[in-house]
Amino acid sequence: MAKILVITSGKGGVGKTTTSAALGTGLALRGHKTVIVDFDIGLRNLDLVMGCERRVVYDFVNVINGDATLHQALIKDKRLENLYVLAASQTRDKEALTQDGVGRVLDELSQNFEYVICDSPAGIERGAHLAMYYADEAIVVTNPEVSSVRDSDRMLGLLSSKSRRAERGEEPIKEHLLLTRYDPTRVDKGEMLGVDDVEEILAIRLLGVIPESQSVLKASNQGVPVILDEHSDAGQAYSDAVDRLMGKEVPHRFIDAQKKGFLQRLFGGR
Amino acid sequence: MSQDQDAVFQLKGSMLAITLLELARYDLARLERQLADKVAQAPKFFDNTPLILALDKLHDASIPVDLQKLIAICRQHGLQTLAVRTDRQDDMTLASELDVPVIATSSASGRALEPSDEASQGEVARPSKVIHRPVRGGQQVYAQGCDLIVIGPVSPGAELLSDGNIHVYGPLRGRALAGIKGDGKARIFCKELNAELVSIAGRYKVAEDLRRSPFWGQGVHISLTGDLLNIHRL
Ligand SMILES: Nc1ncnc2c1ncn2[C@@H]1O[C@H](COP(=O)(O)OP(=O)(O)OP(=O)(O)O)[C@@H](O)[C@H]1O
Ligand SMILES: [Mg+2]
Repeated sequence: MAKILVITSGKGGVGKTTTSAALGTGLALRGHKTVIVDFDIGLRNLDLVMGCERRVVYDFVNVINGDATLHQALIKDKRLENLYVLAASQTRDKEALTQDGVGRVLDELSQNFEYVICDSPAGIERGAHLAMYYADEAIVVTNPEVSSVRDSDRMLGLLSSKSRRAERGEEPIKEHLLLTRYDPTRVDKGEMLGVDDVEEILAIRLLGVIPESQSVLKASNQGVPVILDEHSDAGQAYSDAVDRLMGKEVPHRFIDAQKKGFLQRLFGGR
Repeated sequence: MSQDQDAVFQLKGSMLAITLLELARYDLARLERQLADKVAQAPKFFDNTPLILALDKLHDASIPVDLQKLIAICRQHGLQTLAVRTDRQDDMTLASELDVPVIATSSASGRALEPSDEASQGEVARPSKVIHRPVRGGQQVYAQGCDLIVIGPVSPGAELLSDGNIHVYGPLRGRALAGIKGDGKARIFCKELNAELVSIAGRYKVAEDLRRSPFWGQGVHISLTGDLLNIHRL
C-alpha cells in the first residue's frame, strides 16, 4: 500500500505545485515508485511544471468518470523510470471530483505505487478537501507571512477534523511544515516572519525551508522540477526535505542571511 | 555535527482529571452490581474513563486480591485502569506481572466524587474537558457544564467556550469565553495572553483593550468583579 501525501496550504500561490513536482521527483530519484496527482481541476499547472503538458491525453476526471483507465491516463516521466503524473482536466471544474471517485482512483494507485502525491488546489473548498481527505501525511506549504500562516493553521484544523482518518478515529494525519519562498535578508529587516516565528505559531514539525530563488521560475519555465537543478539552493533545499521525509536527520540550510566568503563562493557553499 | 538537534519527544508535566476508585471491600459480585448501577445513572461518565485503582483502603488488608479480575470488571464498566495504588507487596508483584504501574500510598485522600451526566448538580465536581492538541483557526471547542483545559496553543480564529473555567497551557491567540451560562465566578488562565477576545459571563474585552494591559503576552489569570474584567499576572 502506498503512502498518500497531500501538498496543501489554504492560501494560493505559495508553492504547492512547485513542491509537489520537486518532492515527487525526489522520491522517484531515490528509487521509490511515485505518482503525482493534480487536484487543481480547471487550472492544470502540474503538467507544465513537470514538462509533460504536450503528452496529456486523458486526465483525472476521465478516469473518475470511467472514460479512460488509469493505465491510459498515467503519464510516464521522460527523465525518471519510477515517476508518473495524473493530470487535471482543463475543461471541467472541481465539481467533477466526487468523494467516491477520488477514493477509487487513489485506492487503485495505492496498489501500484509507493507514494501518491496529491497536489491540492488553493482554498478550503471541495477540491482542497478531497485532496487531503484520504491522506496519510500532509505537507503544509507556508510562506513567511501572516496571511499564509493563518491559512495553514486553518488547514491544519481541517486535517485533524475533516479527514478520513479523523472521521474514523484512526491515527491522525502526520503533519509537516514546509516553509517556502524564504528570504533571510527580508526576515532580518523585519519584513517577513522568521522560521522560529512560524514554527512557534503552527507548532508542527519543520520539514524544510525553501529559499526564495530565481531557479524556481527558471525551472518551471523549462518544465524541469527544480530539484533536478542540483546547483540551485532551492533544489538542494528540496532534496534535504525529501531526505527528512524518508526519516534522515539533515541540518537545515539557507535559513541565515550569510554573506558568502570568497572561498565559499569559489567552491560552493554548504 | 548537529545531527541530534530535532528532539523526537517532549516531556510535559500535566495535571489531568483522573478518577480514583477506592475499594473498601473485596467482594467482586457486589462491585459488579454497584458499578453497573453507577453506569446506568451516568453512562457518559463511564466511557473509557482513566482510573486509578486504590487497594490501600480495604477494610481487611489480609485478603488477597485478584487484580486481573478486578481490572477486567472495571474495564467492562468503562473504567480503564492506569495504575494501582497499594502498599501491599502481593499487589505490587501482581501489578508488575500485568504491566500496570504502581503508585505508592500517599496521605492524599481525594474528595468523594459522584459521577453525573447532569450539567448543574450543585457542589459535585465534574471532570474537565481536556484537549491535547492545538486548537486551530476555524475550530470551536465547548466544554458543557465543566471546565475546559487545552494543552497546546490556541490559534487566532479559534474559539473556546466553557460553562466553567478555561485553562490554556500554551499561548492563547484566539477567543476564550468562560462562564457562558452566566457564571461570574468563572476564570480564564493562560500561559501567554495574545487573545482576540476574552469574556467571562458575557463581559468581554477585545484585543485592542487587552493589548494595553501590561501583562499582554504573559501568563495571566482573568476574573470578573462586578462588571469589570481584571487581568492578573500568574
Ligand atoms: N522558492 C521559490 N522561489 C521563487 N519563486 C517561487 C518559489 N516557489 C514558488 N515560486 C513561484 O510562485 C508561483 C506560485 O507557485 P506554485 O504554482 O507552485 O504555487 P501553488 O501553491 O501551487 O499555487 P496555486 O494555489 O495557484 O495552485 C510560481 O510562479 C512559482 O514559480
Ligand atoms: Mg498549484
